[in-house]
Amino acid sequence: MMDYLLTEEQQMLKELAHQIAEEKIRPVAKHHDETQEFPSEIMKILAQSDLFGVYIEEKYGGTGGGVLDLVLVTEELSRACGGIAICYAASALGTYPLILFGNEEQKQKYLPDLASGKKLAAFALTEPNAGSDASAIETKAEKKGDYYILNGRKQWITNGGEADVYVVIAMTDKSKGARGATAFILEKGMEGFEFGKKEDKLGIRASATRELLFDNCKVPKENILGREGMGFIVAMKTFDISRPGVAAQAVGIAQGALELALEYAHQRHQFGKPISSFQGIQFMLADMAAELEAARALLYSVCRMIDGGNTNVAKESAMAKMYASDVCMKVTTNCLQIFGGYGYMKEYPIEKYFRDAKITQIYEGTNQIMREVIALGLIKELRKKK
Amino acid sequence: MKIIVCIKQVPETTNVKIDPEKGTLIREGVDSIINPFDMYAIEEGLRIKERLGEGEVIVISMGPPQADQALREAISMGADSAVLITDRKLAGSDTWATSYTLARAIEKIGDYNLILCGKQAIDGDTAQVGPGISSWLDIPQVTYVKKIRQITKDKAIVERMTEEGFDVIEIPLPAVFTVVKEINEPRLPSLKGKLRARKVEIPVWGVNELGLEEEKIGLDGSPTRVVKIFTPPPREKGMILEGEPQKVVDSLVEKLKDVVIR
Repeated sequence: MMDYLLTEEQQMLKELAHQIAEEKIRPVAKHHDETQEFPSEIMKILAQSDLFGVYIEEKYGGTGGGVLDLVLVTEELSRACGGIAICYAASALGTYPLILFGNEEQKQKYLPDLASGKKLAAFALTEPNAGSDASAIETKAEKKGDYYILNGRKQWITNGGEADVYVVIAMTDKSKGARGATAFILEKGMEGFEFGKKEDKLGIRASATRELLFDNCKVPKENILGREGMGFIVAMKTFDISRPGVAAQAVGIAQGALELALEYAHQRHQFGKPISSFQGIQFMLADMAAELEAARALLYSVCRMIDGGNTNVAKESAMAKMYASDVCMKVTTNCLQIFGGYGYMKEYPIEKYFRDAKITQIYEGTNQIMREVIALGLIKELRKKK
Repeated sequence: MKIIVCIKQVPETTNVKIDPEKGTLIREGVDSIINPFDMYAIEEGLRIKERLGEGEVIVISMGPPQADQALREAISMGADSAVLITDRKLAGSDTWATSYTLARAIEKIGDYNLILCGKQAIDGDTAQVGPGISSWLDIPQVTYVKKIRQITKDKAIVERMTEEGFDVIEIPLPAVFTVVKEINEPRLPSLKGKLRARKVEIPVWGVNELGLEEEKIGLDGSPTRVVKIFTPPPREKGMILEGEPQKVVDSLVEKLKDVVIR
């Protein structure tokens, strides 16, 4: 086993997440996949075990770790179920804007309940006509006295309807384009804030993906995150920190799939021998293991860079997300292949890993956008040198 | 509300083998765990504290120095403190000597309202230590508790599991309860609990600290004698008789006469 020289505390939370994944999540993963029922019970267990606060400062009720701590937990949970893991990780996606841009009052109001897991958070940027092109956002926020009036809708919001706290990006001045967007903190139950349909998805089916609907939703002006016009900066800086979470999900799913495939290859006999004795299978296993370890090593390095205080991490964070999710898709495809015909059957767990893997190449920026971010980063660095 | 939970560290028995020559457990390579029934006792202690909104859960264990690990695990679940009772002179104690020792430790802690134990340990399976403690302390006991309906500092109403159903018992406290697995589902540790468990100081008490009478402890102080330990021979294979019912019955009667009935 590769030694990543984790601190004793990180080792501890990794073990705890592992125990929860094996004892509590694995037995119910199939059920949640089939029914799309939200795993509230598991969220409660994660909350009681203090895992929602691993990246939140102690003064707000967390245990004071960083992105690496969050990633270690997400990875372990994803080994058992990528869908349940993302319910956990998406709350961090909704919490990070508060950590990065919240004022003291906002932090004190929201972070303790998010750190304890009493409440879940969600982040809402995507709309029907604004995916990769976030500047096409149509949700409007008009200022009226001490309030902003929000109108519009958000789409495909992870934890939508389940979360209590939402960070929503809306246009306060459409004429300014990207500089006219603002981030708002919304709470479930606010007047004019409703939820639309729950999506029926290919994978990560345990997670809730819903529309958010704003019909003259009144949001107090104190709920602006950062300043008016800073919405895109809030979104981009959040993604820089949260993309390692997607990479962690990808590494975890791939790890879970590889373990199943290895076990299967060892048990399955053809031509009088275990199929793991055939070079065709061995080479697949070896390639998968090496690429997965490389993805993990890249991911942990980026996390350490962020936790070390580096804020210019867009390129590296995109690399981790892109590489890990591409490896995840490849690994789960090949793991299913090792299972042969059985792999294609719902009776075996491997097909779920294959379905869960796909989203990691799509959300929090498609891997095509990730490549753009990386290339832009490279060009910027080149210009700086000249 | 001061609750004392007695726990035992046991080998993870799912894979335990017995040395056929010596008749003892082969302990090498076997993980140690908290006796599963004691996990329910810890959980119930924590739940009583949460239910009452006040209280203290103290976990004690008698065993070799490594039982420290079991106590830390209990703290990571939420117990407030722990005491380890260990001394070479205690080695070989049977249930009589063990319950005597634990009772003295409980008296030293003092001021207790409730003692919780698992119904039995999965290694010895005697189910005698809990009742033994109640005798040494001269306080009432309820064994096989499957539910605590009501509890205050000086009284409890509990359900005792029986083979047919359950008895409802009202009992003054302090008392000893031994619990069955139907009582709850033990929680997992928490991260903050684990962090605390790593640092917490666990006092170690031995024969001197407890002022134990030496003739009541250890192998020599134990009236139980293990005369022989053996693995029962595996049951012989059964036999299925087939054919016409009349003939089958006839041959069955013949076989029974042969084998058993004389």
